[in-house]
Amino acid sequence: MKAPRFLAALSLIGMACAAPALANDAVRVGMIATYSGPYADYGRQFDAGVALYLKESGGLLGGRKAEIIRKDTGGPAPDASKRIAQELIVRDKVQFLTGLDFSPNAYAIAPLVTQAKIPTLVMNASSSAITTSSPYIARVSFTVQQVSDPMARWMLRNGINEAYTVVADYASGTDAHGAFEKAFTAGGGRIVGSVRTPMNNPDFSAYVQRIKDAKPKAVFFFFPSGVMPPAFLKVWKERGMAEAGIQLFATGEATDDSYMDVTGDVAKDLMTSHHYSYDHASAKNRKFVADFEKEFGTKMRPSYFAVAAYDAMAAMDQALKKTGGNAGGDAVMAALKGLQLESPRGPIEIDAQTRDIVQTVYIRKAELKNGKWVNVEIDKVERVKDPAKESK
Amino acid sequence: MGIVLFDGVAYGMLLFLIAVGLSITLGLMNFVNLAHGAFAMAGGYAAAVAMNRYGWSFFPALALSFVVAALVGGLLELLLYRRLYRSHPLDQVLLSIGLVFVSIASFTYFFGPSMQPFTLPPLLTGQVALAGMEVGRYRLFLVVCGVVVLGGLLLLLNKTRFGAMVRAAVDNQRVARGTGIPVQRLFFATFVLGCGLAGLGGALSLGMLGLEPTFPLKYLVLFLIVVCVGGAGTVVGPFVAALVVGVVDVAGKYYLPEAGAFLIYVFMVVTLLLRPHGLIPRKGL
Repeated sequence: MKAPRFLAALSLIGMACAAPALANDAVRVGMIATYSGPYADYGRQFDAGVALYLKESGGLLGGRKAEIIRKDTGGPAPDASKRIAQELIVRDKVQFLTGLDFSPNAYAIAPLVTQAKIPTLVMNASSSAITTSSPYIARVSFTVQQVSDPMARWMLRNGINEAYTVVADYASGTDAHGAFEKAFTAGGGRIVGSVRTPMNNPDFSAYVQRIKDAKPKAVFFFFPSGVMPPAFLKVWKERGMAEAGIQLFATGEATDDSYMDVTGDVAKDLMTSHHYSYDHASAKNRKFVADFEKEFGTKMRPSYFAVAAYDAMAAMDQALKKTGGNAGGDAVMAALKGLQLESPRGPIEIDAQTRDIVQTVYIRKAELKNGKWVNVEIDKVERVKDPAKESK
Repeated sequence: MGIVLFDGVAYGMLLFLIAVGLSITLGLMNFVNLAHGAFAMAGGYAAAVAMNRYGWSFFPALALSFVVAALVGGLLELLLYRRLYRSHPLDQVLLSIGLVFVSIASFTYFFGPSMQPFTLPPLLTGQVALAGMEVGRYRLFLVVCGVVVLGGLLLLLNKTRFGAMVRAAVDNQRVARGTGIPVQRLFFATFVLGCGLAGLGGALSLGMLGLEPTFPLKYLVLFLIVVCVGGAGTVVGPFVAALVVGVVDVAGKYYLPEAGAFLIYVFMVVTLLLRPHGLIPRKGL
């Protein structure tokens, strides 16, 4: 009795191993993201965006069945990402790589995807030079410069010509400061002071007090989304900075939709610049949000992560349709260049030269709407390219 | 100048409130308890959940945070800590850092990886005029809490029978046991008290630090600095150390923002070089 059962089990395992080979007409997509640790939300948002698109397309990409292979990096982990990418390419024989929430992870896999000619779509990593690190990388998210620069221009247009900057002391903070300062001073504005705060900074009172004593007209700040913006805003409110006549501006990370409920009223009236708002008033976004809430409930709000994941799938789908199902690296990259899509965030395009995204950047104001804190779009700058690449 | 000093003191009080429990477990009981932040987190979550899900107001939630952290501490003392009182410090380090990771994973599982929402009650928001300065009400509340806790602990340890027994048991367990002091039960009570204070500190920190599952690792260094610089095993030591660390940190960030965040480490190194056993070692209690 024992032997046949054992044999049956063996043959089952054999069949399971053979199954991927049988489904060789499927498009295999390797997704490298964070599913554990403090940034596990990123992976959940990605998954939701991917699932939403695949639901709409009937599980197909370019007419072929899509198969998503998810891998966890547990946060910024370039070494792990590289090993995972290698595994996905060599063992799982993926035709696309995607995900990539952290810039170091995206940089780490660039040499691999170049060598293996695997088209790679970045869903979040926002360091400017990622797309220049491999001809097989395209991006559907944003760059920090791309959203910081329009804020500076908007402030100047609205008569604010002096500003103090506060950024977190890491690569993206430097990017934000650089892009803001460049656009602001080029337009005739003056930076009256700037400060960099350490990444692990529990108490912002000293920095805010410093700003209060410097009495600038306006402050522009950039912090990664998460714990830092609410902590800063709490102190800002406590010190009565608005009453002291100091206006506050930031990039959209400060009022990330995923954290808006947590941030709450301290963000009231905060002006930010970003490419996606949950509140974006378009039919496409209304449907996206409704589908999202139907599928995943209202506890998690779709953020720019979910939108970028959705768009990455759309871009793969469109590119494969253009190539007639040919998933070869060069063919797909050619199809991706200049690709235009209607995203929940508005119209987007993959730049034909840089493979980076071109999109509308919105100026938004945090407001309470139907019992929810949202970013209401009040102005926009269309077709914004990555300023860091434009200046080269 | 004044406001910077006040902010520093308030921040120091918060550090003191979270770290004082560690001074009790680490210093009095000689147990290297790196999981201290996990008890603070347990208290913080208890308060946040009671407020967000069950609509409690802030002050009852504070009491709850103490109770919950103390209960969790008591349970873990019975199950785990008790076995390791007399083992090598390395075993204690390994157990407690293991507990930190277990707590991070379980809080992520039950509450998700993101922050807990929290709003201060209206009574504690905004500023109030004090000695010619506009000081934050919440910060003032932290200062009051710190002084109350300090006073309470000093009375408890120096003026009560319980305190006398704890001091005796810590100085010489064998003799204490010989004179009929129930050392085991005493340590249990002390540990529970330390954890409860951690929980209270965690809940009080809600208005300043964000509460998420990585809390115990993120702020571990700060708790350890306060206890090391202050001198483990006393209550006054960590109090003084927390105040000095808070003021150095805030003043450093205000006057020298380029070097600001680094100054507390310089301060720690210099203090420990000059006074290797801390500012106020145990004899000074």
